[in-house]
Amino acid sequence: MNSLSIKPSRGFITLFYKEVLRFWKVAAQTVAAPVLTALLYLLIFSHVLASHVEVHGVPYTSFLVPGLVMMSVLQNAFANTSSSLIQSKVTGNLVFVLLPPISHSEFFSAYVLAAVARGLVVGAGVLVVTTWFGSLSYAAPLWILVFAMLGGAVMGTLGLIAGIWAEKYDQLAAFQNFLILPLTFLSGVFYSIASLPPFWQHVSRWNPVFYMIDGFRYGFFGVSDISPWMSFLVGLGCLLILSFITLSTLKRGYKLRA
Amino acid sequence: MTAAICIEQVYKRFGSVHALNGVDLAIQPGEFFGLLGPNGAGKTTLISALAGLSRPDSGRLMIMGFDVEVDYREARRQLGVVPQELVFDPFFSVRETLEIQAGYYGIDPGRQRRAWIDEILENLDLTSKADANMRTLSGGMKRRVLVAQALVHRPPVIVLDEPTAGVDVELRQTLWQFVRRLNEDGHTIVLTTHYLEEAESLCGRIAMLKAGQVVALDTTRNLLSRFSSHTLRLRTASDKPAQLGMMQERITQENATHDCTSGWWTCAFAHFDEIEPMLARIRNAGCMIDELEIGKPDLEDVFIRVMQEQSHEQVRAA
Repeated sequence: MNSLSIKPSRGFITLFYKEVLRFWKVAAQTVAAPVLTALLYLLIFSHVLASHVEVHGVPYTSFLVPGLVMMSVLQNAFANTSSSLIQSKVTGNLVFVLLPPISHSEFFSAYVLAAVARGLVVGAGVLVVTTWFGSLSYAAPLWILVFAMLGGAVMGTLGLIAGIWAEKYDQLAAFQNFLILPLTFLSGVFYSIASLPPFWQHVSRWNPVFYMIDGFRYGFFGVSDISPWMSFLVGLGCLLILSFITLSTLKRGYKLRA
Repeated sequence: MTAAICIEQVYKRFGSVHALNGVDLAIQPGEFFGLLGPNGAGKTTLISALAGLSRPDSGRLMIMGFDVEVDYREARRQLGVVPQELVFDPFFSVRETLEIQAGYYGIDPGRQRRAWIDEILENLDLTSKADANMRTLSGGMKRRVLVAQALVHRPPVIVLDEPTAGVDVELRQTLWQFVRRLNEDGHTIVLTTHYLEEAESLCGRIAMLKAGQVVALDTTRNLLSRFSSHTLRLRTASDKPAQLGMMQERITQENATHDCTSGWWTCAFAHFDEIEPMLARIRNAGCMIDELEIGKPDLEDVFIRVMQEQSHEQVRAA
């Protein structure tokens, strides 16, 4: 009866493809809008501060561009997994992903990789648009790619946790407004933590997003507040911890398989 | 022979509610099986447990010999489920929806997959809507796509959870024709429905669930003969008290009931040769019959009887 040719890994590939197709079909909302938001930030902040501020010997507008690119990567990676999951839960179509023979690790990988993909697409868009405003050097391009992917994976995983936990859109909004937004805004996107008082410098070092922005910026200018290796290890540690939590949550079927 | 579905001592509680309370069931390959019960009986919970959408507290469920927990990949490949709710992904067209669903089951894209999807679309009268976005479809069309999604990986076992709820007559006919053909081709079909006449005409065997327990399990024919009977319904030409009294006297021997509002008498009988003596007695009493009809055994009667019996047993046990 079953004469169709079957490849087990196809389930994972299809879920990844579907998640990418989902955000690509509404690219005006998922890609163009965040690029425009980042551009507005750049126009306003650079107009006000460009003539007054220089960070690590880099003009403020140029300093700001990598921060905005990374912030867009992080926020959109989070938005991709969390919004996809909550929408599927609320509308009930998650059943189409839960019925097939897709393992919890395939489910996890497909969602997180799609989040990384959206983060990279939006980040590239922001980079292309903002590059006209600030002169960028590419001191260590590999670090740029590593931190963009690592940051996207961390936030994509966090988005997955939020999407699994939240049952309503307002719960997800609370997660976004009270956790993700403060973490990204207070991470050195708009400033170097060296300019902060010692107490706030200390507080910033507890923010994992700071390490990802700082490491990403190192890739452009070759200077940073923290060694890129240290930032990489912190980011990797966060990814491993969050992945462990998410995988065990998915394995138990928490809030997905009653 | 390996059972298509094997359910052994399955328990599932939601708080203090026993959604499944020790369910045992075996469904053989090729059966058209009905799973009936009132709302909250546990039908959907049982289907969810079978499909891996919920996890039972204890017990074992197998599909074509594959344990739904241990061999979940194989078990899920054997099963196609048409969910009760009208759910869809608003981002995709009908064809994309089916291509994606086929991919989830590991089916390689290519000629075979395309041909099978085309066949399903044609059989469910969806070809003209293949490129339409899911949002633009009517409720009936969306229901057809749900059926198509359940069939896209050619599962040997298909579960239809109230597939005709809110569906027009034409679609019901198309759907049942198609499902009958699938059954003839060897697919095992499990159907839950509140339309008992559908279950009666389609299902070879039926299980009735109440409060998470199987309270009746037999072939449809046996259930009908055990719990229901043919009925003779008649109405006399006159409603004079004297004649009514006479009818009462003659007909009560036949275990008859009388509806005072409509004037109909209903007598149950097991064999057709009981009718003539019954009519003769009425004729001898001088009563003129105005209207007469014979009713067949009905699954609705069986269902009500079984549920009532269970309620009485529960009261007695309490």
